[in-house]
Amino acid sequence: MDLIIILASGVATGTVLLYATVGEIFSERSGVLNLGVEGMMLVGAMFAYKVTAATQSPLLGLLAAMLAAGAVSQVHAFITITLQADQVISGLALNFLATGISLVLGEGLTSLRDVVPQLPKFSIPVLSEIPWLGDIFFNNQSVMVYVGFIFIPLAWYYINRTRPGMHLRAVGEYPAAADTLGIGVYALRYYYVFVGGLLAGLAGATISLSISPGWFGALTTSGQGWIAVGLVIFAQWNPIRAAFGAYTFGALRRLVLDIQGPATVLGLANPFFYNSNLGFFLKMLPFAFTVVFLVIGSREAMRKRVGTPAALGLPYIRGQRGL
Amino acid sequence: MKNKVFWLLSVLLIAAMVLGACAPAAPDAPAEEPAEEAMAEEEEMAEEPAEEEAATGGLQIPDVEEGKFNVAVVMLSNHDDGGWSQAQWDGINYVAENVDGVNTAYMELVAEGADSEQVFRGLARKGFDLIFGGSFGYMDAMEVVAEEFPDAGFVHISGYKSNMTNFGNLFGAMEDMKFLAGMLAGSRAKTDGADKVGGMATFPIPEEFRLFNAYSLGVQKTCPECTVDIRWIYTWHDPVVEREGSDSLFDAGSHVVMTGADTPAAALAAADREGVYGINYDWIGGCTIDECMTSPYWIWGPVFTRITEAAMAGEYEYGWDYFEASEGGLGLYGFMEGQELQPGVTSLPEEDLTLVQDTLAAMLAGEFTRFDIFTGPIMDNTGNLVIEEGMSFQYSDIDQFAPGAPGLEAEYGMYWWNENINADLPDL
Repeated sequence: MDLIIILASGVATGTVLLYATVGEIFSERSGVLNLGVEGMMLVGAMFAYKVTAATQSPLLGLLAAMLAAGAVSQVHAFITITLQADQVISGLALNFLATGISLVLGEGLTSLRDVVPQLPKFSIPVLSEIPWLGDIFFNNQSVMVYVGFIFIPLAWYYINRTRPGMHLRAVGEYPAAADTLGIGVYALRYYYVFVGGLLAGLAGATISLSISPGWFGALTTSGQGWIAVGLVIFAQWNPIRAAFGAYTFGALRRLVLDIQGPATVLGLANPFFYNSNLGFFLKMLPFAFTVVFLVIGSREAMRKRVGTPAALGLPYIRGQRGL
Repeated sequence: MKNKVFWLLSVLLIAAMVLGACAPAAPDAPAEEPAEEAMAEEEEMAEEPAEEEAATGGLQIPDVEEGKFNVAVVMLSNHDDGGWSQAQWDGINYVAENVDGVNTAYMELVAEGADSEQVFRGLARKGFDLIFGGSFGYMDAMEVVAEEFPDAGFVHISGYKSNMTNFGNLFGAMEDMKFLAGMLAGSRAKTDGADKVGGMATFPIPEEFRLFNAYSLGVQKTCPECTVDIRWIYTWHDPVVEREGSDSLFDAGSHVVMTGADTPAAALAAADREGVYGINYDWIGGCTIDECMTSPYWIWGPVFTRITEAAMAGEYEYGWDYFEASEGGLGLYGFMEGQELQPGVTSLPEEDLTLVQDTLAAMLAGEFTRFDIFTGPIMDNTGNLVIEEGMSFQYSDIDQFAPGAPGLEAEYGMYWWNENINADLPDL
């Protein structure tokens, strides 16, 4: 059991959660809750693998994954923004739709016997020499991990320090006021739901092109999308916290495996030496997260406390009073 | 103000319409259900496909074909999941091609529990004659539906129940193939100067203890000094967790990792490293890259065919049907007819390869069975003698934890680790 390896692995597999979580943050910051992350990730994973297999270019695969998941997200956008339907129900329905789409279009992909090219892995020359940090963050990681490092601060800066970011927050906090100022509430919400879809697609592509290359049907994402929805709350809609949560969750998932190995830890008998319960606990988390989300989402006091965007979950109807 | 009045009026209007629509229907409702059921039964007797899409867990039940023997398989995952379910799908397609006078169908993505009960009932009601259930959690649902439809046959893969009349249990001696895979892993480790291999186990159930003990016994045959690391991953199919489990074993020094789960993660993780190998599981198509040494896999076609033909003749005995490699239901990728050895295998010492090939030939000929694998002396890793010299396990010991089910008592059971396994037993 080596802490450095556990953390490095957490960074590698946490990257999937990172993209999905930040995507959901964009969507929710604009006031649209999208519970269809899991489904959009599946669409992304499938398209990434399919297009890469056909063109032999992982870059095209990534692009296709993002656009496809983005397109699927627009179904949710139309239903919740234009038709003003309930966002929870539409999001859940989107999961079924997206799962179905990915299974139908992914037919036969498991039988591909020729090797599909993967995204490259490499070490960053100087940074990987730094003791500890170099091994955790910059040593033999996928290119998607490095893109993630650059992406996190940019996302934070965009949301908190730029004019379009301010518009995004305004639309999610007080759409009526934003509307009065001439900000196009509907258009912006469509746009950020699309951004959420793009990033969910990227998360799915990271699985099927880098972490575990291949298409494995409906269980390819195995609940990662739900964990991402939960992480948004723990991150309090902040991309930097989201990165921290995603990497920590990835490391935790690896820790429960590695801790099964040594009979002693720090000279003491290892209490987790083949203890069944930790694994079951982790399996439960995505579902627990979903419950926690619904509890928080339904209680005004809780919402204020964790900093939920005030208009999250509420359709904006121009001309109506209130939000 | 005006808004409020309008709002009140519309609520009243809607309420009136809803109540008005409900009121007359209410007394009718109880009468409707028996009528529907009776109708369904009548149709059942007339052997006509039921028209109604009755409660089937939201899934469309396929139609039967008149005058043919209708066989269906119900699967947990999608039919092309690249693993457990796809092997069953291949099996039912084999039946369709090789048995005259049958009509086959499949149901995919059927959740275990209540949903599956609706699906099995829907299939039986439509008139399917033989239904295979492909996941452990279908067991109780199949038992219930089998009682309701005595004319249909139900065969459940991987569980432990049977009613001895029309609901039977089916499984195969995958431990045979895992034993051979263990020999290959041990040989690879010894040849490359390593002393540790890994096993990625799913859930602490008798099946997994059996398979990984067989694997470890195989490792012992070719590499007596090797130890086996175990990781429990608590999933049958999760590409990311399986990847992490494989990495965890490789990082801890395993030279070969065998997975007990569905995806080819063990070999994929090996491909990212130098000179290590993975062994995959479940489906013939899983072993696609050079770092995959082999893959023990299921060949359901011949097994489904045997059962279908026996059931068509009215001769199939529903009970505990546990097939050996000699029936052609089990494969070891690279070693079966018409296959080529994977690169990680061809460079092994000649005597080890011959041992594997000879043992496989004996298994396929029915001369070497799972009872030969679990023949003493076998020590567990706490120093106890589990099986004495010259003794061998019974079926009840191989398939259960002690004390076993009533009527199928197990003296020893499968709650032990072979002496070369470097792990404690998990809490059950």
